Amino acid sequence: MNYRTLLFIPGNNPGMLQSSDILGADGVIIDLEDAVALPEKDAARILVREYLSTFKSKTAKFIRINPLDSPYFYDDLEAIKDLNITGIVLPKAGVESMSKLEEYMNENNLDLDVIPLVETAIGLETALDIVLISDRIIGLFLGAEDLTLDLGAKRTKESKEIEYARSRIIAASKAKGIQAFDTPFTDTDDIEGLKIDTKNAKDLGMTGKTVISPRHVEEINKMFSPTVAEIDYALRVVEGVKAANEKGLGAFSLEGKMIDAPIIKRALNLLRMSGDYKEEYDELLK
Amino acid sequence: MVTKVEIKKMATAGSVESNDILIMISKGEGNIHIELESVVEKQFGEDIKKVIHDTLIEEGVNDVKVIAKDKGALDFTIKARVKACIKRGVES
Amino acid sequence: MNYLNNTDLSTVKVLNKSEFPSKSKAKDKVINSVEELIKGLDLKDNAVVSFHHHLRNGDSVLNTIMKEIQSKGIKGITLVASSLFPVHAEIIPLLKDGTIENIVTSYISGDLAKAISYGELKGKIIMQTHGGRARSILDEDIVIDVAFIASPSSDKFGNISGVNGHNSCGTLGYAIADSIKAKTVISVTDALVEYPNYPADITEDYVDQVLVIDSIGRKEGIVSGTTRVTKDPIGLKIAKDTLKVMEATGLLKDGLSFQSGAGGISLAVTDYLRDYMIENNIKGSFASGGITGYLTGMLEEGLFSSLFDVQCFDLEAIESLKRNPNHIRMSGSQYGNPRVSSVVDNLDIVILGATEIDVDFNVNVTSGADGVLMGGSGGHADTAAGSKVSIIVSKLFSSRIPLIKDRVDVITTPGTTVDVLVTERGICVNPLRTDLIESFKKANLNIIDIKDLKEYAENIMGKAKPIEKTGRIIGLSEYRDGSIIDYIYEVKK
Repeated sequence: MNYRTLLFIPGNNPGMLQSSDILGADGVIIDLEDAVALPEKDAARILVREYLSTFKSKTAKFIRINPLDSPYFYDDLEAIKDLNITGIVLPKAGVESMSKLEEYMNENNLDLDVIPLVETAIGLETALDIVLISDRIIGLFLGAEDLTLDLGAKRTKESKEIEYARSRIIAASKAKGIQAFDTPFTDTDDIEGLKIDTKNAKDLGMTGKTVISPRHVEEINKMFSPTVAEIDYALRVVEGVKAANEKGLGAFSLEGKMIDAPIIKRALNLLRMSGDYKEEYDELLK
Repeated sequence: MVTKVEIKKMATAGSVESNDILIMISKGEGNIHIELESVVEKQFGEDIKKVIHDTLIEEGVNDVKVIAKDKGALDFTIKARVKACIKRGVES
Repeated sequence: MNYLNNTDLSTVKVLNKSEFPSKSKAKDKVINSVEELIKGLDLKDNAVVSFHHHLRNGDSVLNTIMKEIQSKGIKGITLVASSLFPVHAEIIPLLKDGTIENIVTSYISGDLAKAISYGELKGKIIMQTHGGRARSILDEDIVIDVAFIASPSSDKFGNISGVNGHNSCGTLGYAIADSIKAKTVISVTDALVEYPNYPADITEDYVDQVLVIDSIGRKEGIVSGTTRVTKDPIGLKIAKDTLKVMEATGLLKDGLSFQSGAGGISLAVTDYLRDYMIENNIKGSFASGGITGYLTGMLEEGLFSSLFDVQCFDLEAIESLKRNPNHIRMSGSQYGNPRVSSVVDNLDIVILGATEIDVDFNVNVTSGADGVLMGGSGGHADTAAGSKVSIIVSKLFSSRIPLIKDRVDVITTPGTTVDVLVTERGICVNPLRTDLIESFKKANLNIIDIKDLKEYAENIMGKAKPIEKTGRIIGLSEYRDGSIIDYIYEVKK
């Protein structure tokens, strides 16, 4: 699954949690870190557990745990290890924290995706080492606010100061064939600014963007959405599968190319993203 | 068999934000006593008290006084806030 | 004095020279004391008095007049007020002592509404629609003895303007029928201006007396500075989906006519519609109803050619009404009187709210989740009936208050006139509208059966305990044509 948008949801806010799946984002990041005040860490953990074991939805759910150098890292992992989630976002990612997380996940046999959040100078300079630690990693996420603090750079809307960081994250991601998630745009009211920022990130090679305001989701989705030609191709694949299924054929070829399960999956994902997905497609892969 | 859990001190969890509930617990007088104030008291008052009560029992608490201020929390939130409150109330 | 039927005109008496008229004199209408006014009106027990609600929660005219009536010991009054707000809680004692016996209104909220629900009104409460109110007065179903018209400005002969004066409120659309039909019409003002006062919403020929008092109300309760779009992500999601629904109706094209309320989600719909119209170069015909700065902005951008304004909601709307000739005053009758040609019948789309909706699409905006009165139709039932597509926007989960029920507490708007419900968890279409179901499916909208959506919500929230009622009927929900669509019951304390 390719995520155009990953929307942050504060972990201790019941109203936001119970609506998190309808805000249009491809995935949500339920936050136990910055969005939760220190005295509420315990309550947030319990609330997130109760929420996830009650509500079922198709939206991909990640949880941002607290960093390794906080007292909450292992408590968070213990609290979420048996939950039905997609993955974990690891803040202040570095070689050490990623290795510790990988170790924990191996010991506990966790089948979860991981998105390291790179937001320190050392994390940035070792980005490729981080992604090579685990095959669970599905993307790197650039956190520009903390990174610029660490760099002593001035954070601006134009984001010249993070161009290098963006490119470095993108290169490390592409080297491993995984996604590159851009830092969120923090001015919730400035939709024009959001468009410019997203375009800059996309032009450099980012494949998706993290989001802190639900109002930003639609614009970003639009900008990372497939082109008309891509949608047309996916629709032709789907039609081909339907026809093949009706004839009882296992595999078929389209425009001279064999269509196998990964291609069908990609086509369906693409249609989901473009909004052309129909419920009847649920049957196609069965 | 749930082990009996004793509330040692007063504790609170939750908030009075919309969709949340504020739970306050303290040592009981030999039983479970729940005082509820809710924006949906007429419609769901009994249901909410039952969720609080059942969560307490599940967690092994049967001697407690609970004051709850509800702003339309769903059951998952009520359960979570009661559990967090118990956790805070047994730590010394 | 109809001589047209006289066959022999020689029998008609002609004035003697000595009887010839003298020059006419301007009428002396001004009176400076409420007490003197009420004394002079010589109101009898069971009289019918009326008020408009353009001053909304800032109004003090109704309280002032009714308390004076009380002090005169007059009993059994029928109060015909176009709406009643929390500020009118001051008249609760008048229910208890029998000064006020019946209330006829289109909207009621606050402690007065509560008192009535708990059975403190001796007579009945009739809940009308805005259009239905105008109809009932113009058709003389209701005969008003005295209409007290709160006037932001008036000259001494009774030319009343809502846009002048420090307490300006904009149009006075809901007071027009009263001014035409009441036996006596009183302009109540705190801004007596030079003659002639213009543009006049109500002209001197309809006004009998002008009462000048210190204050007709508090400005901050009359209009809001600027009405703002919600920032609540769930509300915005509903608004966005509503725009998709509107697009799928095929009505978003040149000549569009549109109305929406001033609630957060409705305003957000208007805002998204604006972007859509600009993007797709659509020139609408008119927008109507209560007018906000959002709509006046769209008027100025040429997205609508005119606005029909029955009530100004903010300062921007008042300013626009003053200077833009395409911003048109509209009376309650022109707005929604079902017996005549009215604006609602030319509406393409209306966006409305709901406190509750049931599986038959009946909507309640009259009482709250606890069964207590807290609203009323206003133009809800009028616009739902008149529009080509009526769309209800509401959250499915709002602090555990159930939206969808088997049967709403009070039917305000019959389901036969309600077409679509948009919630954050899916869109429901009235099965009567097979045409819409068809086009929504083509547009790939997430349509869900309203019964399934109700079940989904109940699985998460639980099923609400029914509201406890005493069984005593205290009033009626009156449809726009005067027929009765529901009872209103007393609520157990």
